[in-house]
Amino acid sequence: MDARTSDAARSVLEAPDIARVLTRIAHEIVERAKGADDVVLLGIPTRGVFLARRLAARLEEITGKPGRIPVGSLDITMYRDDLRLRPARALARTEIPDDGIDGRLVVLVDDVLFSGRTIRAALDALGDIGRPRAVQLAVLVDRGHRELPIRADYVGKNLPTSLRETVKVQLTEEDGRDSVLLGLRGTTPADGK
Amino acid sequence: MKRHLISAADLSRDDAVLILDTAEELARLADRPIKKLPTLRGRTVVNLFFEDSTRTRISFEAAAKRLSADVINFSAKGSSVSKGESLKDTALTLEAMGADAVVIRHHASGAPHRLATSGWINGAVVNAGDGTHEHPTQALLDAFTMRRRLASGASGAGQDLAGRRITIVGDVLHSRVARSNVHLLSTLGAEVTLVAPPTLVPFGVESWPCEVSYDLDAVVGKTDAVMMLRVQRERMNAAFFPTEREYARRYGLDGDRMARMPEHAIVMHPGPMNRGMEITAEVADSDRCTAVEQVANGVSIRMAVLYLLLGGNESAVAAARTEESK
Amino acid sequence: MTMSDTHKTLLRGAKVLGGEPRDVLIEGERIAGVGTGLDADGATVIDAAGQILLPGLVDLHTHLREPGREDSETVLTGTRAAAIGGFTAVHAMANTFPVADTAGVVEQVWRLGKESGYCDVQPVGAVTVGLEGKKLAELGAMRDSAAGVRVFSDDGKCVDDAVIMRRALEYVKAFDGVIAQHAQEPRLTEGAQMNEGIVSAELGLGGWPAVAEESIIARDVLLAAHVGSRVHICHLSTAGSVEIVRWAKSKGWNVTAEVTPHHLLLTDELVRSYDPVFKVNPPLRTEADVMALREALADGTIDCVATDHAPHPHEDKDCEWGAAAMGMVGLETALSVVQHTMVDTGLLDWTGVADRMSVRPSAIGRLTGHGRPIAAGEPANLTLLDSAYRGVVNPAGFASRSRNTPYEGRELPGRVAYTFLRGRATVVDGKLV
Repeated sequence: MDARTSDAARSVLEAPDIARVLTRIAHEIVERAKGADDVVLLGIPTRGVFLARRLAARLEEITGKPGRIPVGSLDITMYRDDLRLRPARALARTEIPDDGIDGRLVVLVDDVLFSGRTIRAALDALGDIGRPRAVQLAVLVDRGHRELPIRADYVGKNLPTSLRETVKVQLTEEDGRDSVLLGLRGTTPADGK
Repeated sequence: MKRHLISAADLSRDDAVLILDTAEELARLADRPIKKLPTLRGRTVVNLFFEDSTRTRISFEAAAKRLSADVINFSAKGSSVSKGESLKDTALTLEAMGADAVVIRHHASGAPHRLATSGWINGAVVNAGDGTHEHPTQALLDAFTMRRRLASGASGAGQDLAGRRITIVGDVLHSRVARSNVHLLSTLGAEVTLVAPPTLVPFGVESWPCEVSYDLDAVVGKTDAVMMLRVQRERMNAAFFPTEREYARRYGLDGDRMARMPEHAIVMHPGPMNRGMEITAEVADSDRCTAVEQVANGVSIRMAVLYLLLGGNESAVAAARTEESK
Repeated sequence: MTMSDTHKTLLRGAKVLGGEPRDVLIEGERIAGVGTGLDADGATVIDAAGQILLPGLVDLHTHLREPGREDSETVLTGTRAAAIGGFTAVHAMANTFPVADTAGVVEQVWRLGKESGYCDVQPVGAVTVGLEGKKLAELGAMRDSAAGVRVFSDDGKCVDDAVIMRRALEYVKAFDGVIAQHAQEPRLTEGAQMNEGIVSAELGLGGWPAVAEESIIARDVLLAAHVGSRVHICHLSTAGSVEIVRWAKSKGWNVTAEVTPHHLLLTDELVRSYDPVFKVNPPLRTEADVMALREALADGTIDCVATDHAPHPHEDKDCEWGAAAMGMVGLETALSVVQHTMVDTGLLDWTGVADRMSVRPSAIGRLTGHGRPIAAGEPANLTLLDSAYRGVVNPAGFASRSRNTPYEGRELPGRVAYTFLRGRATVVDGKLV
């Protein structure tokens, strides 16, 4: 949890909203991928992984192929461009589905799209793992303020924010509840994220 | 751990588990087509070896290279060091070359500590074995190997070695591996027993967090891992024990002794092995012997250490770790 | 520095041996009077109120390094350091290059001491040729030389051969000499780097076990008793050694012993820093040893404090522990450490300090002009100590050529305000003349 998120954080999405947008994104993926046959979902830890798993479940439901949508995780820590701005971080799990990603449609899944640097790192990491047919990006929230030419293919909610605001996604698997909170940074300087 | 890794005694339980967990993630790279990570691009790691140790040096070299660091190998043999250049002048040279980390192997106990605290260099110092003092990355890779083999659940991520019974056998007196392992394994919650002839147990061992036994047979039956230390033959000439044969009989691990170990228990050896001395070929070549696995794990552990020391603007170990918000 | 025999100095209100304030008048080379309300009468008057007046200190164990290692110390710089520390006589150890094992070398050192003028230098002769422990040096020739050597030592090395030691002890009986033994069983200390114990086990440094010292001391007190000679134990460092010396003395044997200031204060815990400034031989021991040494010095089992002042150039300490030289400088801090460990703890009064740092070492070395009472007619070898002073040790200000002190940055009490060598001030207001 970010200690700087003030208590007065306002909820902008609640559990039913999150469920609804994930379902919508799943439908969009099936539509764009023409059936999701070669889709591989890779969540970016921590919360992107839970979102990817939820999306996979929905895709299986929609396509009627239970247990057939490969889902994994992609830790991008070692590819970050801001490593030297902070202490080295603990690594999260990278789990590539057994059949790999070569020739597949990889959908990266993350909770919040902000500067775009995380996704840049994810694309680098993907390049060291294999060669997908195409890469797409699904995010729960796009809060703007991009610093790189990156955009999401699937967006749960566009959330215009100021740089003084924080966006915090909570998911049951990690936080015990589903919600997206909009708060204000404390008086400490922005952390560059 | 601070900015350096000098002694396993400096690691807290959380530090140690973080290193093991990080190594666990990095070990998975070994299965990828591209094993290299860009993380330490532009950083310079110097392997400063005052003692011959090809095994340790190439392990550190492989680790640094997989993290994309620039690696400079500085062997004291045949260099100005053997012509009387002091450790200090060598250090100042490395500093001038912009070393971000110095991995040092030295015959004098305390040399890495001296290097880290003297102000001669600014970079991180990693102890790759100093005299008869410590060899912390060896202990970490040993702990990593034990956790993978013994822990419940997949590879034991997040776990320590609580309650595990580890027996370290052999020349404890001259062993930096034993010193580091006693510290680290006890920090991780294991119960360590040292087994050696009394001549090869350090005077003052009673302050160590471990038990001491002179009788290997009394211990092997209730151990989860037996770590055999290399015994150098020249010790015989210094009257530490009468003959090789007597040593092997009383303190060597052969098939019979191994058979009395619990079924799940493993045999470890930091290498290089003296077959026929502390370990028979039968044991060394058995499935229960992890010597080769330890070597592979060494690269992952050293990657983890280099990453955690150099990957950020300060060492990750013992630093507050807060998850970022977006 | 001319010898003005008629020059007079009056120390006003000094606490002689820590006692009631007295005026002490120095005239020429001698003390002219001790009393109250002495007439200044043209004398230079020094306000010594509250300060402690001691007989000039005598060191039985100093390494002046000349000839051979003038990069670390010379007779001149070493005696300047001695004067700053309140010493009026030092015994210069024999492990020079060349070794002081002939009349020629001891006379050279003796002459250099005369020329320095800062304190008397009494050379120590080597027991064996080249300190090699094999063949007796010409002990008699050194005795008969101008240096008049009475103390013989292979210090730095132990006379480990029992027969050589026996012969040396016997031989010096002819001229009332004494063998000062560096007690270190060589086989038990091969590769030794520090005290063998809990700390050495953790640090992985080669151990120097107490028994290596104690076994030699036990042997040598028995030998001295057997041949009816006298033996002096250098830098005794363990509680067990204290017990052996105490036992030997209880037998009435002619055994004396010294302890260094650093063994009265520092322990092997300091080695955890791997800072070679703490590397010394014999090594720093444990807290229990330190306490036993203090007690033994207080009860007289240990006769005296000797500095084992061992200067080393910076590069010999600015390295890893294993490569570093052993030894510490000590002349300039000895009295402060003794005040801190013995006086401020109530173990010893100032009379006791005078005894252990002047009277007894003079007696062991058979010096006639030092270690004398502070009384009219006696040689004016005096040390005036400002015991109320508190200061942080700063080696940059040392008179010694070397800086290898283990006390850098440590606050220690006491400062030598004045040192007088036969009536002439070598130190005035804490500074060399």
